[in-house]
Amino acid sequence: MNAFEGALAYLNDPLNWSRPRGIVYLAGQHLQIAGLALLFGVLIAVPVAMVLGHAGKGGGVTVGLANVSRAVPTLAILAIFAVTPIGFTIWAPVIALTIFAIPPILANTYVGFREVDGDVVEAARAMGMSERQVVLRAELPLAVPLMMTGIRTAAVQVVATATLAALLGGGTLGSIIRTGFARQDTGVVVAGALLVAGLAVLTEVVLATVSWLVTPGQKQLPFTRRRGDRPVDEPATGLGERSDVDASPVPVRVGR
Amino acid sequence: MVLAVDAGPNPWFSPSWVVDNWSLIMPLLAQHVRLTVVSVLIGAVIAFPLALLARRSRYLAGPVLGFSTLIYTIPSLAMFAFIAPITGLSETTVAIGLILYSLVILVRNFLVGLQAVPADAVEAARGMGYGPGRLLWRVELPLALPSIIAGIRIATVSTVALVTVGVIVGQGGLGQIIIVNGFGANYYRPPIVFGTLASVLLALIADQLLALVERVLTPWTRTGVSA
Repeated sequence: MNAFEGALAYLNDPLNWSRPRGIVYLAGQHLQIAGLALLFGVLIAVPVAMVLGHAGKGGGVTVGLANVSRAVPTLAILAIFAVTPIGFTIWAPVIALTIFAIPPILANTYVGFREVDGDVVEAARAMGMSERQVVLRAELPLAVPLMMTGIRTAAVQVVATATLAALLGGGTLGSIIRTGFARQDTGVVVAGALLVAGLAVLTEVVLATVSWLVTPGQKQLPFTRRRGDRPVDEPATGLGERSDVDASPVPVRVGR
Repeated sequence: MVLAVDAGPNPWFSPSWVVDNWSLIMPLLAQHVRLTVVSVLIGAVIAFPLALLARRSRYLAGPVLGFSTLIYTIPSLAMFAFIAPITGLSETTVAIGLILYSLVILVRNFLVGLQAVPADAVEAARGMGYGPGRLLWRVELPLALPSIIAGIRIATVSTVALVTVGVIVGQGGLGQIIIVNGFGANYYRPPIVFGTLASVLLALIADQLLALVERVLTPWTRTGVSA
């Protein structure tokens, strides 16, 4: 377990955390890039999905987009934006990551709105709610669990992809892995891998907690889902699948 | 400021680059295909017994699905970095990582497929004297086939895209072209765009081929009402 000991030694050295371009700085850059991409992804995808989901239009496009995006290597999109004029700023990875954050949020939120019981919408209208109120006060709360699944999937996705920005000159936690390989120091490689994996798992846990907190209605602890509930990030259909499977939750996990 | 990017001609796409570098491209394309096929095949071979095991009891299903979710959360770069100290800068390192990821997708889809087999069909087969082996092979497997192939399609498409990250250990298939011959060669764009398009195209072709396989293997789904 030489590599593992080397990793612990690396992580135990406070200088590796605090020095310029050390772990603290890289983690900050990592979270900044991922956070901005997630924010833009939510700001773009949620309103579009709300409008489409409420109108019941564009289902094929949203689901198709989610499926096609799986075929596009994240590394390739990062590389393409890295050789544009904005390539040397953090906006290159932010835009590339936003592109991958949109499909899961869009598809899950859309399905969330579509799966709202028609009777609820009718009842809301009968109570005199305007279309706006129907969307915001009847459909949205019911769509929150699926929307949050989409956001959680996207968050884990952008945190994972931000790692790859290190291969294209970006200063994220992936840089440590890259440096380790360049120096042929397996301890540093494994230390970087531990940090990256830790951040990804932490993101998953934090977002699961957030989605538990913002879900209205009876609180159910995350990770103790009942057997019947099927989370949407579970793959169920293939790329370009005919939509005769219709309402089955959309599989939306993109290759990292 | 004049960047190196703007100094020489650097078009977004160059057919002549593709022609001139054909001998560089082909082995990497072959590696890309090889890594995908090997990973999904081995993944499927491991996933099937795991899905059968997970179906048996929910006490096994919990850990199997939980562990696979954990695997899926680990970013690919970190995954290869964990494996590299053991298997070195080899194709094996990339294959192991890709097998683990495809396993996650496949176990879930296989499980969904097996659970969706109508109880009536199982009951009827038992009534006709089918033993567990024959029941699985002749009744449950064919009925779960659409879901199984759907899983293989998703796993294949994701794997094609993920192979590119193998560039961290120098075994990234078309990812080598994107990073080494493009980004690493003074930000030269033609290899980057070519590698991207080739990878996407490869994923789409593989997906359509598998869709064809499904059509051939499940002729009964096409009888009756034409779609």
